[in-house]
Amino acid sequence: METKKKKSLASRIPARVWLLISFAVAMGVWYLLSIIPQTSRGFPNVVVTIEGLITMIQRGAFWQDLSSSLISVFGGYALGFVIALPVAILMAWYLPVRNILNPWIQFIRNIPPLAYVPLIVIVSGVGRRPQIIVITIACFLTMCVTIYQGVVNVDETLIKAARVLGAKDRDIFVRVIAPATLPFILTAVRLGASVALTTLIAAESTGAEAGLGMRIRALASLYESAPMLAYVIVIGIIGITLDNIIKLLERKLTGWQEKREI
Amino acid sequence: MAGEARDLKLKIDNVRKVFHTRSGEMVALNGVSLDIYENEFICVVGPSGCGKSTLLNIIAGLTDATSGAVYCNGKAVTGTGTDRGVVFQQYALFPWLTVKKNVMFALEMKGIKGKQAQELAMQYLAKVDLEKFADHYPKELSGGMKQRVAIARAYAADPEVLLMDEPFGALDAQTRTQLQSELLETWERDRKTCFFITHDVDEAIILSQRVVIMSARPGRIKDIIDIDIPYPRTQETKMTPRFLELKNRIWSQVYQEYLEVRK
Repeated sequence: METKKKKSLASRIPARVWLLISFAVAMGVWYLLSIIPQTSRGFPNVVVTIEGLITMIQRGAFWQDLSSSLISVFGGYALGFVIALPVAILMAWYLPVRNILNPWIQFIRNIPPLAYVPLIVIVSGVGRRPQIIVITIACFLTMCVTIYQGVVNVDETLIKAARVLGAKDRDIFVRVIAPATLPFILTAVRLGASVALTTLIAAESTGAEAGLGMRIRALASLYESAPMLAYVIVIGIIGITLDNIIKLLERKLTGWQEKREI
Repeated sequence: MAGEARDLKLKIDNVRKVFHTRSGEMVALNGVSLDIYENEFICVVGPSGCGKSTLLNIIAGLTDATSGAVYCNGKAVTGTGTDRGVVFQQYALFPWLTVKKNVMFALEMKGIKGKQAQELAMQYLAKVDLEKFADHYPKELSGGMKQRVAIARAYAADPEVLLMDEPFGALDAQTRTQLQSELLETWERDRKTCFFITHDVDEAIILSQRVVIMSARPGRIKDIIDIDIPYPRTQETKMTPRFLELKNRIWSQVYQEYLEVRK
């Protein structure tokens, strides 16, 4: 009985409150890191970190960095999606396309983007272009695999059911395959967003003039840990915000699903 | 059946189906011939692997026969057609559409659109007692309700022949008998030609006018037994001596086949 009561107490706390508790604990850990001598150099406390961010804003660097990074992220991300969608469908439908492309994708997917960035810079020069190319490649690889899985896994019985009801190929594509694949497309969109951000640092190592990743590297050489930490947190905030927006979209569009993916 | 002039609805003519598998050729069906008449209710029983689902898929036009042919109204079947409707064991409802829109899908494929489709869909849902669930998604329904929606959808397409592939196989015993009774009532009313696959001998006898017993490997027709129990039939019919007699006769033949398959 005792344990049961304890359990129900923990489960009675609403999710929002848990989130607050989690946040409070994180702040506590951060504070500890800022006072322990071994870690304090890398983790200045909240006030110092915010001051670091304000300094960056005053220097005029922050907004420039943020907008530059967002342009690269969204550019590469959108381009990656636009390429991934048709390629995934072609892979699912045509055996030769699948058998030739799939090994490439699996091969490249396991190479850290940072490794091939210099090659791309040699080909496309420095600036915005290599950044977008790197993010496009990374997003394409992840999204293509996920969407492909979705198209391949469309329940055969649903296609049969549509066919016996008189559906033509076009009806089957628009009214069965497209909606059946939508959950996978949205999962791809979510995974792609996360990949775009994680690739950002690699992308901005290409001699970018501004950008969150580029600035972190520049600040690192000056040992300015306060603004660095602030930038790292900003990247995290962008990531979690995107993730939640897409999750909201998923709930709206694919609430009909029996099982929901995490 | 003798002496009655009846319209031949489906003619299954010497159908053979061979699957090519990694371990070689597998003859799923061999020399299967069967005439099915208009307004007839036929059940096919047999052990799993006897090719009864393959036969249904060939009739539906979802699979090609290796040789032989199926004729519907005298015309050779070359693909799916709205003259033949199918109810699947796994319901096959579109999970992203509401119950009503699932039924409307069938109507829209026939060119019936908009308000007319909505009203008709509600009528078909009323027949299976599910008007109240029109705006629910399939995930919110029980198995029995899902299958009722699938049946309503199949009826909405208004096929001439209804092909049912173990439609109640995934349901619990109680729901199954309930759906059997509902199907019986519907059939007694409109007498739509029905080709019904099951592995449940009781179900086959209670529903059909003829039970086709299939043997396995290769699948072929072993025997056809007339069920001379008059309609209307109810669940009580299952207690009558004639029913039990037929059940014994069919069951012993099916059981032999199960033993064959086990070997």
